[in-house]
Amino acid sequence: MAGHASKEIDSKTLWGGKVSPFSTSYGKLMMWFFLVSDALTFSGLLIAYGFTRHAFQGSWPIGEETFNSLPFLGHGYPLIYVALMTFILIVSSVTMVLAVEAGHRMDRKGVTKWMIATVIGGFFFVGSQAWEWSHFIHGSEFGKVELADGSQAIVKGHWGDVKNFTVTVDGDHHEKGDVITMKEEDIQHTYRHAVADGHLHEGMITLHDGSVARVNKAVNHDMILIVKEAGGKYKQGQKIEDHKEAAKMYEEVVNAGDAGRVIYGANLEQNEYGPQQYGQFFFFITGFHGFHVFSGVVFNLIILLGVLRGLYHRRGHYEMIEKTGLYWHFVDLVWVFVFTFFYLV
Amino acid sequence: MLRDDIVEYSLDGHHSEEAGKKIRKKIWMVTGILTLITAIEVAIGATVHQDSDYWTTVKIFFIILTLVKAAYIVLVFMHLGDERKILKWVVLIPYFIFALYLIAILLYEGLAVLESNS
Repeated sequence: MAGHASKEIDSKTLWGGKVSPFSTSYGKLMMWFFLVSDALTFSGLLIAYGFTRHAFQGSWPIGEETFNSLPFLGHGYPLIYVALMTFILIVSSVTMVLAVEAGHRMDRKGVTKWMIATVIGGFFFVGSQAWEWSHFIHGSEFGKVELADGSQAIVKGHWGDVKNFTVTVDGDHHEKGDVITMKEEDIQHTYRHAVADGHLHEGMITLHDGSVARVNKAVNHDMILIVKEAGGKYKQGQKIEDHKEAAKMYEEVVNAGDAGRVIYGANLEQNEYGPQQYGQFFFFITGFHGFHVFSGVVFNLIILLGVLRGLYHRRGHYEMIEKTGLYWHFVDLVWVFVFTFFYLV
Repeated sequence: MLRDDIVEYSLDGHHSEEAGKKIRKKIWMVTGILTLITAIEVAIGATVHQDSDYWTTVKIFFIILTLVKAAYIVLVFMHLGDERKILKWVVLIPYFIFALYLIAILLYEGLAVLESNS
């Protein structure tokens, strides 16, 4: 881009009033100033995150252990999903800069085409983030367990599905001998709630209506326990990699009938991945960024409407595309840092 | 234009079809670089574990790659590289001062808290 900025002007004229010493229009300069302040907000958040991460060190979750799932495909794909999200955002940044370039040639069709592509890319990113949040809040099938010695461990392995419950003690709704079947999701949900609340004891689940039932469940395979917080016996970072031993220890906790020893998923108070602050930072930083992406999509849509109405063409220049483009690239820029500091290191 | 003391900077952004071709070529080149860097980051992140001996080196490598990516986005996509020098520094200097200072503080204080807790 050539423009006024590349013109050779002596500093006396530049700073003598009447012209902008920055050689930009008022709007563009103000967008830059806004971005400088917004970037400082994000720096503050990431620096607070870095401080907390260093203060916790070993018990802090590891990105490739926490984020290793893909929609429809399950586990075992470390970081692929976030990489995909990063790629989507980079591509939509590219289509944006192509829209700006088309604008400089007064190519209305080109601007329209690339702006539509940018908006679609933005929606894809917001959608991916929604999936990621839902997955993060929902958590794994195993959850995090508090072992007998008081240490806390995360669990990896292959989950055996819960099939059904066979009632052994009558309740308000179910009679002895009933076999309760539900949709896979619902039965899993019921099972998790029972475990978290301590209603599962020696393979027997106490249901809401007071009936007691035997849980028919496939066996868990290939289990590994990774100790995140030390207890009386196990040290931080220690791995129990003997599958049988790990499975035994896990079953013991799950079937103990104690409330609060297994934590599933995440909320602002606790999460299965690591310290409380981890969940809070996840929600705040990716949430704040996601809010920026969402508002960016809205801005882009408004500008797209202007392009479609021919507003900027009549004005004689497409600088509005440049301004909203600055904001959009900034969103991409922030994600580059979030990606590195939240997911990679 | 009603007032003759207003310079219309917006119109200066225009360029010809030929210049556009060159700019587009550069954009696609930068796209390739950014994608490649992300792919490298993910490949390393998925293979090297945090308890490995190389982790510190990998971490520094990640941060360098991130800064390279950020530089391409800011200088090429946001066109800051084509702006006047004064604007470049007004935007960038706050980070060189505050961010570096705060990062030094966070490392020092964070590790001190870790030590006092263990």
